[in-house]
Amino acid sequence: MKTFPTSDPAIPSPEPGILPLELIGAGLIRDGKRVLKDLNCRIEDGAGGQIADRPAKTFIIGPNGAGKTLFLKLCHGLIQPDEGEVRWHGPAANDGARIKQRQAMVFQRPVLLRRTAWENINFVLKIRGVARAERADRCADLLQQTGLGRHASTQARALSFGEQQRLALARALALDPEILFLDEPTASLDPASAHLVEDLIDQAVASGMKIVMSSHDLGQAKRLADEVIFIHRGRIKERAAAPTFCNRPENDLARDFLEGKLLWWRRRSVYEDGEEQCC
Amino acid sequence: MEAFLDAFAAALGLIASGDRDLIRIILLSLKVSLSAVCIAALIGIPLGGLIALSRFPGRQALIVMFNALMGLPPVVVGLMVYVVLSRSGPFGVLNLLFTPTAMIIAQVILVLPIIVSLTRQTLHSLWLEYRETLQSVAATPAQCLAAVLWDGRFMLITAVLVGFGRAIAEVGAVMIVGGNIDNVTRVMTTAIALEASKGDLALALGLGFILLMISMALNIIAHGLTAFGEPESRS
Ligand SMILES: Nc1ncnc2c1ncn2[C@@H]1O[C@H](COP(=O)(O)OP(=O)(O)OP(=O)(O)O)[C@@H](O)[C@H]1O
Ligand SMILES: [Mg+2]
Repeated sequence: MKTFPTSDPAIPSPEPGILPLELIGAGLIRDGKRVLKDLNCRIEDGAGGQIADRPAKTFIIGPNGAGKTLFLKLCHGLIQPDEGEVRWHGPAANDGARIKQRQAMVFQRPVLLRRTAWENINFVLKIRGVARAERADRCADLLQQTGLGRHASTQARALSFGEQQRLALARALALDPEILFLDEPTASLDPASAHLVEDLIDQAVASGMKIVMSSHDLGQAKRLADEVIFIHRGRIKERAAAPTFCNRPENDLARDFLEGKLLWWRRRSVYEDGEEQCC
Repeated sequence: MEAFLDAFAAALGLIASGDRDLIRIILLSLKVSLSAVCIAALIGIPLGGLIALSRFPGRQALIVMFNALMGLPPVVVGLMVYVVLSRSGPFGVLNLLFTPTAMIIAQVILVLPIIVSLTRQTLHSLWLEYRETLQSVAATPAQCLAAVLWDGRFMLITAVLVGFGRAIAEVGAVMIVGGNIDNVTRVMTTAIALEASKGDLALALGLGFILLMISMALNIIAHGLTAFGEPESRS
C-alpha cells in the first residue's frame, strides 16, 4: 500500500518525518469563551506499533462538546491557537509545506467534492503529484479496500452517509500521511463497516502511520486504542495507556464518563471547575 | 387588428424566407453580444473567483461596487463610452465610435459586473463548503481556485448566460455608441426601435420574435444547467 518515490522500490529512502507534535499551553477562544484550555501534550510517532511504550493509536475521548473536534483541528493546523503553541519537532519540521503534506484528516462530517467517488480520490492524488498511470491503480485499490468498489462512478454526494465517511477515509489514506487525524470515523457506520474501518486503521498503523482519533465508542477504544487522552470542557483531564484508562481511570470525571454517568445537566453543579471567561 | 395580423404574417414570412437584412442584423447582434460576453467572462470569472477565495484590503468595497454596477442603466454606459471614444475624448484617436468594436466595449462594461457578482456568489458558497477540506489536503491556492471553478462550472455557465441575455436584449448602449447605422452597426434591438417608430411592423415583429426565442432558449438552458449542476445530495 505504501509507495516510495525511489528508483529502487526495495530500498525505500527513509523520509524525514515531522513527528513528534507538541502542544505547549495551547488554548482556543471562541465567542469570548475558552473552549480549549492549557493543553500540554506531546504526540510521538507510533513506530508502526512495534515499540511497547510508543502508542501508535491515540484516542481522544470525552463527552459531547468537550473539544475533541477542536483539539484535532488544532493539531492538524486548520485552526491556530489563541494561546500557547503547536509545534512539530521532527527532522522535516522546519519545512512548512512538508508539515502540511504529511498529515491528513477525516472530518466528523466529511465534505466530499461534487464529483464521483473515483474523482474524489484522484483529486488528492493529483495534488500530491502522483503520476496518472499510478493514480488509476491507487484509486481502484482504495475504493476496493473501503468497500466502495462498485461505487467508483457514483456521485460522492449521492452515497449514503456511512459510505461518504468511508470515502473520506479512502481519500485521507490516499495522501499516505505520516499522521492521520480521524474525528469519530465510525460514528455512523454499521458494525460490518466499522469493523472494516478498524481493520484499515490497523493496516495503516502497520505501514508506519500514526493515528490520532476521537471516539465515543468505549468498546472500540478498548479494542483499538494504545493510549487515551480524556478531554472534558476543553482540558486534558487524563492521559493513560488504554488498559489503565479503561479499567481504573484516575480521574473522577473519566470514571463517571466510562460508567455513562457524566450527564450534561449535572456538569455545571457537580463538576464546576470555574468557567473561565475571558476578553 | 387586421393590420396587426398582416404585419405578423409578414414577419413570419421574413423569417421563413431567410430575409437577407434580417439575417445580417441577427448575425451582427450575435457577433457583438457573444464577443462582449466572452471577453467579460474571461475577465469576470477569474476576478470573481479571486474575490470569492481571497482576502485583501478593499475586497468588501469591490463586492459592493460590482453589486451596484449590476444595475447600471445601459443608456448611461453608452453615454460614458461615447464620451470616452468621441473625437474629443481620451480615446478619440482610435476612431472607434459607431463601430461594432465600440458596441462590444459598451456591452462588456454592462455584462462584466453581472458575471463578476454571480461568479463570486457561486464560488464563495462553494468555497465555504470546501475550504477546510482543501486546506486539509494541502491544496495550493491555484488548486483551490481550480477545484471550485470546476465544481461550480454549471452555475458559472448560467452566470454567463444571464450576462448574454442582458447584452443581446439591451438597446440603450448600442444605440448611442453604434449609432444604428444600416449595414454597419444595426442590431436587433436598435432595428426594432427604428422600424417600429417608422411603422414598419413586419421587420420589427420578426426581429422581436427571434429575440424572444433567444431569451427563452437561454432561460431553458440555464434552468437545465442549474438542475444538472445540483445532483442529488444527501447532506
Ligand atoms: N466557532 C465557535 N464558536 C463558539 N463556540 C464554539 C465554536 N466552535 C466550537 N465551539 C464550542 O466548543 C466546544 C467544543 O466543540 P467540539 O466541536 O470540539 O466538541 P466535540 O468534543 O467534538 O463534541 P462532539 O462529541 O459532539 O463532536 C463546544 O461547546 C462548542 O460549542
Ligand atoms: Mg466533534
